[in-house]
Amino acid sequence: MKQSLFESRHQPQWQAFAEQLTQLEQGKAKAAELADFPHQYRRLCQHLAMAQERGYSSYLVDPLQQLALRGHQQLYRHRSQLGANVLAFLLAGFPRLVREQWRFVLIASLLFFGSLVGIALLVYLFPELIYSVVSPQQVAEMHSMYDPDASRLGRVAERASSEDWMMFGYYVMHNIGIAFQTFAAGLLFGLGSVFFLIFNGLIIGAISGHLTEIGYGQTFWSFVIGHGAFELSAIALAGAAGLQLGWALIAPGHLTRGESLRLAARKSVQMLCGVMLFLLIAAFIEAYWSSTTAIAPWVKYLVGAGLWLLVAAYLTLAGRTRHAPE
Amino acid sequence: MPSAPLDTRYQIETPEGIDLPLRPAGLLPRARAFAFDLGVRGLLMGILLVPLALLGNIGIGLGSLLLFLVSWWYMVLFEVLNQGCSPGKQVMGMRVVQDDGTPIGWSASLIRNLLRFVDMLPFGYFLGAISCLQHPNFKRLGDLAAGTLVVYRELPLARPKVPQAPALRLPFALDLSEQRAILNFAERQGELSAERVQELASILATPLQVSPARAVEQLNGVARGLLGPT
Repeated sequence: MKQSLFESRHQPQWQAFAEQLTQLEQGKAKAAELADFPHQYRRLCQHLAMAQERGYSSYLVDPLQQLALRGHQQLYRHRSQLGANVLAFLLAGFPRLVREQWRFVLIASLLFFGSLVGIALLVYLFPELIYSVVSPQQVAEMHSMYDPDASRLGRVAERASSEDWMMFGYYVMHNIGIAFQTFAAGLLFGLGSVFFLIFNGLIIGAISGHLTEIGYGQTFWSFVIGHGAFELSAIALAGAAGLQLGWALIAPGHLTRGESLRLAARKSVQMLCGVMLFLLIAAFIEAYWSSTTAIAPWVKYLVGAGLWLLVAAYLTLAGRTRHAPE
Repeated sequence: MPSAPLDTRYQIETPEGIDLPLRPAGLLPRARAFAFDLGVRGLLMGILLVPLALLGNIGIGLGSLLLFLVSWWYMVLFEVLNQGCSPGKQVMGMRVVQDDGTPIGWSASLIRNLLRFVDMLPFGYFLGAISCLQHPNFKRLGDLAAGTLVVYRELPLARPKVPQAPALRLPFALDLSEQRAILNFAERQGELSAERVQELASILATPLQVSPARAVEQLNGVARGLLGPT
């Protein structure tokens, strides 16, 4: 068949297909009109193959190729593992994932909490150590924030709700930013995640040890215990996700490094979604609950302990049953 | 069809058994697209932060949320919701797709944009640039992990007219690549100077058994014959 005959015979079909594609790309297509889309797409593929095989001119083949590419993008999609079933992920998927990756979670937790507790004890025993970890200005800042006298004077009145808002925004930006960094740096063979885990552990540990040592313990611990449950475990989990990336590069097993990295990235990004959720909760608690001074410290300790238990129970127990609500 | 083209085309084979070519975009256009996006983000923040600053503490809170969204989610949201194009890529005529040519989804986009942080290390996209320059499909580290590809968007083609000439049939058979070469010559001669057209056509003067001066007309005639009556 000559090219012009082929073209004039099928041109209307191609035009109709192109219109359908435009509608799909703009998200305006109606379901009823799309019933024959796969059929039309396959017919177009056949026309393209014929045009190539018969040596028709590239000004005919190229537009057909473009149409086929656009059709391919509309017809074939990766099913998004996120978003599609948020509830199932929250109730079962995320804790399951954490348990499945327990080795990385364990290593990240040891690195983070180990350095945190270790330096806290050291600073408590040798107070001058604080200045080799944290700069003097930051120490002074911490003093003014958690000074029990100042808080009795300065924070008698409840913080205005607008200030809560300000702190919420700040915590979201700051903490999720840190978690993202801890995760992403894991691509450097895991070293970046190890660095950020230990670094953050050292800073937090040194400050808590120091504040306890100088007698500001009450204001400090009652403030941090509540949101700490979500925030600290989230940082450890972000580190675990990063370590997973790094390990995929170090020991890819029987896959190529690129393939193994791709697979690990898919998993770890799911973990990171859970981390983001944890940090949103933490920011909320930190801005609206931890900062209130009207509540007695023992209530805060009680609630804080409850939250730690809740996180632990959620990560270890949720989604154990086979028929979890999905 | 040349088996191993010298250009940077990236072939994907669809389940229908056809090969679709994609054209990956190199470091420089991508850097320009990123610079454009950076400018857009800066402008956006500048415009939105001024009224927010007047709102006091709530404004600062909203501002930090906004800063968070713009710095970590700007690319992800645009790529997923706008057919793989952030504004910079749109301007530069590029888009992000998965390795198999399908549209980019949430998780892939999130991976490639979170790992941007590593690409920027130790300064100014150093690692990303190295990775991009040494990879056959110009992938930066984030693209490697997410399995994505930045390609040029296909632009609509304007079809040139084949010059008028009486249709001819050659006394010998042409194979497919020869057919396509002649058709290409006829369709694309408008882009070339008259001298170059003459020069190209005269190469074929001997096999066509015509004088070099008449070779162009002869080739156009053969092309007409191949196309068939319009």
